[in-house]
Amino acid sequence: MPKMLKNVLKNLLSKPATVNYPYVKPDPVPGTRGRISFDMARCDQCQDCERLCPSGAIKVFPEEKRVEYDPFRCIYCHLCVENCMQRAIIAEEVSRSPEYEKKKENFED
Amino acid sequence: MSKQLVEKEFTVFPFGPQHPVLPEPLQLRFTVDEERIVDVVPNIGYVHRGIERACELNDYRRNIFLCERICGICNFMHAMTYCESIEMITDAEVPERARYLRTVWAELQRLQSHLLWLGLFADGIGFESLFMQIWRDREIVLELNERTAGHRIHLSTCAIGGTRKDMDHELISRYSSSMEELRNRIDAIAPVFYKDKAVQKKTVGKGILPKSRAVALGAAGPTIRGSGIPQDLRTLSYEAYRELDFEPIVHDGEDAYSRALVRFDEVYQSIDLINRALDQMPKGPILQKNTVFPSGVAINRVEQPRGEVVYYVQGNGTIHLERCRVRTPTLANIPALLEMLMGYEVPDIPTIVLSIDPCMSCTERITYVKGGK
Repeated sequence: MPKMLKNVLKNLLSKPATVNYPYVKPDPVPGTRGRISFDMARCDQCQDCERLCPSGAIKVFPEEKRVEYDPFRCIYCHLCVENCMQRAIIAEEVSRSPEYEKKKENFED
Repeated sequence: MSKQLVEKEFTVFPFGPQHPVLPEPLQLRFTVDEERIVDVVPNIGYVHRGIERACELNDYRRNIFLCERICGICNFMHAMTYCESIEMITDAEVPERARYLRTVWAELQRLQSHLLWLGLFADGIGFESLFMQIWRDREIVLELNERTAGHRIHLSTCAIGGTRKDMDHELISRYSSSMEELRNRIDAIAPVFYKDKAVQKKTVGKGILPKSRAVALGAAGPTIRGSGIPQDLRTLSYEAYRELDFEPIVHDGEDAYSRALVRFDEVYQSIDLINRALDQMPKGPILQKNTVFPSGVAINRVEQPRGEVVYYVQGNGTIHLERCRVRTPTLANIPALLEMLMGYEVPDIPTIVLSIDPCMSCTERITYVKGGK
């Protein structure tokens, strides 16, 4: 019983373990694999990312200089980010927020 | 057998696929005589995803991420077993540091899986404050996951021939301090599991699985170790376990309580293993790139939090695999579960079903279609 009391008092006086999401967002942990975007000024359309992507979320159209990216297929493994020779894929440490529609994203030069 | 029993006017009722106790869909059809269970028929197949077929169609290098998604809780172990299988076929060498890193992350996954289960078990026996306390402590492990790999659950750090990520000095010291903190938090919970009369009353003597039956039914993991058999694949010394002086934890109560104690003690053991692996971790490269396409057959076994997982991988020298077969521990534990339930009363069902730590999404690798239709 005394052991339990110690725990009860500790829980009563300490902050809650959870945060009031979505009004309060927790600080991003450094190194989080978050959302990605393409810098088309750097991209040379080599299609390495398309070949590597485990879920087939990236499609490169070299003739149109366009990259089609499906954020809802993406598993955020960041293989493409690590392997892009031109460093054209920008990774952020913020996870993607929910959306109403499953839309693909187009990045054009 | 069930038909005859129905004719004698026993009650038949379904447990699941949706039930507050079950985290995943599993149906058990119980035949009961008043409150006593006389027959049980399992029915799985609610979350069949066709991953084995997808493994054959995919590039074998992409399969790491696919195999990782067979199970959310022990995802790193699935990726590790798959990578080990490919390494066995292609005779690839894994750098020493990568072997230690894999061991650390595998034990980290075991920690979070066991803490998750201990919480669910506490919830299953009606001890909700314990459930919340354990899940709060589990956050320490999840935060470490996030700092290591960038995600809280899916690490995605395993690669064929090593690992994708390394740990720097700062992260290693954070691991050590977090493990110390976790040990203190678990110490606070320990008296509840070891001494609390309410927990013991709900679990001691429930779901008895005798030693001989556990072997005959091919139970795996904490289920068989809770019946007093020291069967743990980590004694096979894969990855870095050879250097870490590993001894399996055994309790011989043969009931749900001893299965819970096995898992509880394994939390301490995993903390020790992580600390020891971090101390002994050598410096050096983490990845040996491998360009040989797999050609041949490999069978690989790894100890997951729930028991032994078996991978059968067959390559034909191309980027596509001929076959990738996975047998997960819950499938091995279902026959044992059915025997455990016999003769107990309906209120004991949640405790006994949870005591094997069922993970149905892992299990559903195969679907039986009656009459070939």
